[in-house]
Amino acid sequence: MGSLPVRSKGMERLLTLRRSGTDYVVTGVAILSTVVVLVPLVAILGYLIYKGASSLNLAFFTHAPVPVEETGGGMANAIAGSGVILGLASLLGIPLGIGAGVYLAEYARGTWLGAAVRFTADVLNGVPSIVMGIAAYSLIVAKQHHFSGLAGGVALAIMMVPTVARTTEEMLATVPNPVREAALGLGIPKWRTVISVSLRTASPGIITGCMLAFARVAGETAPLLFTAFGNQFWNFNLNQPIAALPLQIFVYAISPYDEWHRLAWAGALVLIVMIMVSVTLVRIFANRGALKGGH
Amino acid sequence: MNEPGIIPLIQTRVPQQREPDGTEVHAPAVPSVIRNFLRAKSSGRIADGAFAGVMVLCALSIFAIVVLIVFVLVSDSRLSIHASGWKFFTGQIWDPVSGDFGALPFIYGTVVSSLLAVVMAVPLALAVSIFLLDICPKFLRGPISFLTELLAAIPSVVYGLWGVFVLVPIIRDQVGPVLEKYLGWTGFFVEPNFGVGIFTASVILAIMIFPVISSISRDVMRAVPVNQREAALALGATRWEMIRISVLRNARMGIVGSVILGLGRALGETMAVTMVIGNHPDIVKNLFAPGYTLASVIANEFTEATGDLYLSALIEVGLALFLVTIVVNAVARLLVWAVTRGNTAGAH
Amino acid sequence: MGVDIRVEDLNAWYGPVHTIKDVSLHIPANHATALIGPSGCGKSTFVRCLNRMHETNPSARAEGTVRMGDLDIYKDATPVEIRRRVGMVFQRPNPFPTMSIYDNVASGLKLNGFRKKRVLDEVVERSLRQAALWDEVKDDLKKKSGASISGGQQQRLCIARALAVDPEVLLMDEPASALDPVSTAKIEDLIFKLKSQYTIVIVTHNMQQAARVAENTGFFLMGKLVEFAPTTKIFTNPSDKRTEDYITGRFG
Repeated sequence: MGSLPVRSKGMERLLTLRRSGTDYVVTGVAILSTVVVLVPLVAILGYLIYKGASSLNLAFFTHAPVPVEETGGGMANAIAGSGVILGLASLLGIPLGIGAGVYLAEYARGTWLGAAVRFTADVLNGVPSIVMGIAAYSLIVAKQHHFSGLAGGVALAIMMVPTVARTTEEMLATVPNPVREAALGLGIPKWRTVISVSLRTASPGIITGCMLAFARVAGETAPLLFTAFGNQFWNFNLNQPIAALPLQIFVYAISPYDEWHRLAWAGALVLIVMIMVSVTLVRIFANRGALKGGH
Repeated sequence: MNEPGIIPLIQTRVPQQREPDGTEVHAPAVPSVIRNFLRAKSSGRIADGAFAGVMVLCALSIFAIVVLIVFVLVSDSRLSIHASGWKFFTGQIWDPVSGDFGALPFIYGTVVSSLLAVVMAVPLALAVSIFLLDICPKFLRGPISFLTELLAAIPSVVYGLWGVFVLVPIIRDQVGPVLEKYLGWTGFFVEPNFGVGIFTASVILAIMIFPVISSISRDVMRAVPVNQREAALALGATRWEMIRISVLRNARMGIVGSVILGLGRALGETMAVTMVIGNHPDIVKNLFAPGYTLASVIANEFTEATGDLYLSALIEVGLALFLVTIVVNAVARLLVWAVTRGNTAGAH
Repeated sequence: MGVDIRVEDLNAWYGPVHTIKDVSLHIPANHATALIGPSGCGKSTFVRCLNRMHETNPSARAEGTVRMGDLDIYKDATPVEIRRRVGMVFQRPNPFPTMSIYDNVASGLKLNGFRKKRVLDEVVERSLRQAALWDEVKDDLKKKSGASISGGQQQRLCIARALAVDPEVLLMDEPASALDPVSTAKIEDLIFKLKSQYTIVIVTHNMQQAARVAENTGFFLMGKLVEFAPTTKIFTNPSDKRTEDYITGRFG
């Protein structure tokens, strides 16, 4: 006993106290931080709903904007324009992304080319959206000498490709290999196996990924500034400047007019409800898919 | 010892072959319709080759996109590169009218606002990750992580709108005076404070990059093997000590990666920043002063740029932004991969 | 009706690992042939070489001759054509989880472009009857997913799926190893019934099973075919010392 370094009882207790004290403090800090983070979220959503809902009316969904002096008007043309641009972006971006994901999961497992594509996709995912806008501008707008919905759609499509590709790859990786072997063992060609077995089995997850990519670009403004450009009037021609909901919100938000501010809030609410609904639907959908796959 | 014949094969009595019950159903008579059909069917070699080719093309399109972006950015900014040279990145004057294009104020504004945002977001993000992983009761975990992910789903322009009408007045009237009173002596928080400026932009950026850092650092922390945690707890560590010793230390590379990813997001963030930073190309120490970033100068001036040199200079700004974010993201991805991949390999 | 299989000097590699070494044997038509041996001895690789399934692994390679009837499968045909003639049943039941029971059975035909619905209906019923599953599933053919039935039923579904393309050869890679004894007995009954109509090659680690179902048995050890003989001879009077050691459980 005497040869061992003896710590007094009090010392021992103090040490334990300090250790558990630190533990409590850290726990407290973590809880506090979570609360602090939830505050702006609630603030943003709450204020948005409050301002947006009080500014919304039927005209918002049925009318194009009116000149500054007049009241009323809406963003119907911008909602439609967003639909057109997003439709084009999905049409271009989703097949390309799924194709790339299929290559990564079904053809390039363990190859250096696959690793290179995967890495490039991840890096491309982090490129600022405004750079995509410049690229689409230089490639299309500068050549055609006019802004167009086409250029906006291309810019957004480029942004969708890496996201869709990576989720497709991840979802295909969850398809058990014996299922593929079953198809190949029946003498079904590989292309048919990929489409009717791999993709079909992974389809709930892939749809989720596509909708998340869609939701992400649906709110993008920067790449549309000098591609789709915006339009005060109705337009469905892809070769013309076209209105988009996020663009219109931006223009109205930085304007000096109260009436336009009101419309900006209404637009923001509509935009975010559209995005949230799709993300939430996707969550429910994905969860259900996971349950089914669990058997 | 094992000479054959000496030891009888005890276990090898052939079991009785059982007669199966039930009726037999016979295979179709030869040659069957099915066999003929399948024999006649092509092997699908051409279709297989074509399909694989299309998939490869889709994959290569990702390279093509990157190459194409680099190509147009470089070729369209050549005019400005020739005209300004390296002075483009050191010049402090941005005056399109007189043809002076110095991007340093934008670089300054971008770097300062992004770093400040990271400084604000990282402690919060890590604290929330720890909370969700180790402290939070199960029934709250789902809803809270869903809510924090919702932050990521809010479009940039909506953050901007909220910033302009809600955050700017708060910073101007409530937060600003307090900061000025206690931290004014540092020179970072000096009146006049109009609410729009680098500080406000940083706050918005911090909120926006929080979900990125939080979700990825959570993935990385979750990848720390359970036995590491248990080892620490078995040694009598408190929860915090366990987190510090086993979780944070093992996941540190990946956490750094997630932080850098957040930084990359902040560097390129455009709309929200443009709406609250004040858009004035100055290099000043005061964080309340208006600033300008690489992304926001493009957003603001691109459609109004008159003259080829002006446009070319803006595209060069885009090129600089592109290269910086590429490098930042590549580094971050490699760090995150190193951690998560190392762990999955260790799990086998 | 099945065809016989002649294997001459077959060698196979996974990357640098030589997994099948100079195997030659003659598998008679319309009989069941069992392949036994300790795990890792190459018996699974061997059957995968018989329908060129090993080629789905990019690092795999095989040399030698395999003839099915008159057809040299490595020279005269593509893997896809071979696999249409050869049914395969795997170690674990692997029905297509997103397809109904009906579509699972019909998949080999449907996904190869066969469209005649009346013929498909006939084929599905006959295959399910052959696999002794018809009575259990006939009421929810199109209602239930292939993954929603029990493990033993799933494996019989996989056998029905393999039979639906009317193959000449049926390869079974430890078809009962993941099943309970009752399901195993059902699968063995099936093999017994089917072997007069198809050439069946069954890999098993269960010697009793080999003895129950197969006329001929081959013993694999470390990539080599040590002995191939009528099952009764293998189990009562093996000519090779190593076979005897394995049979009597003294292997190791």
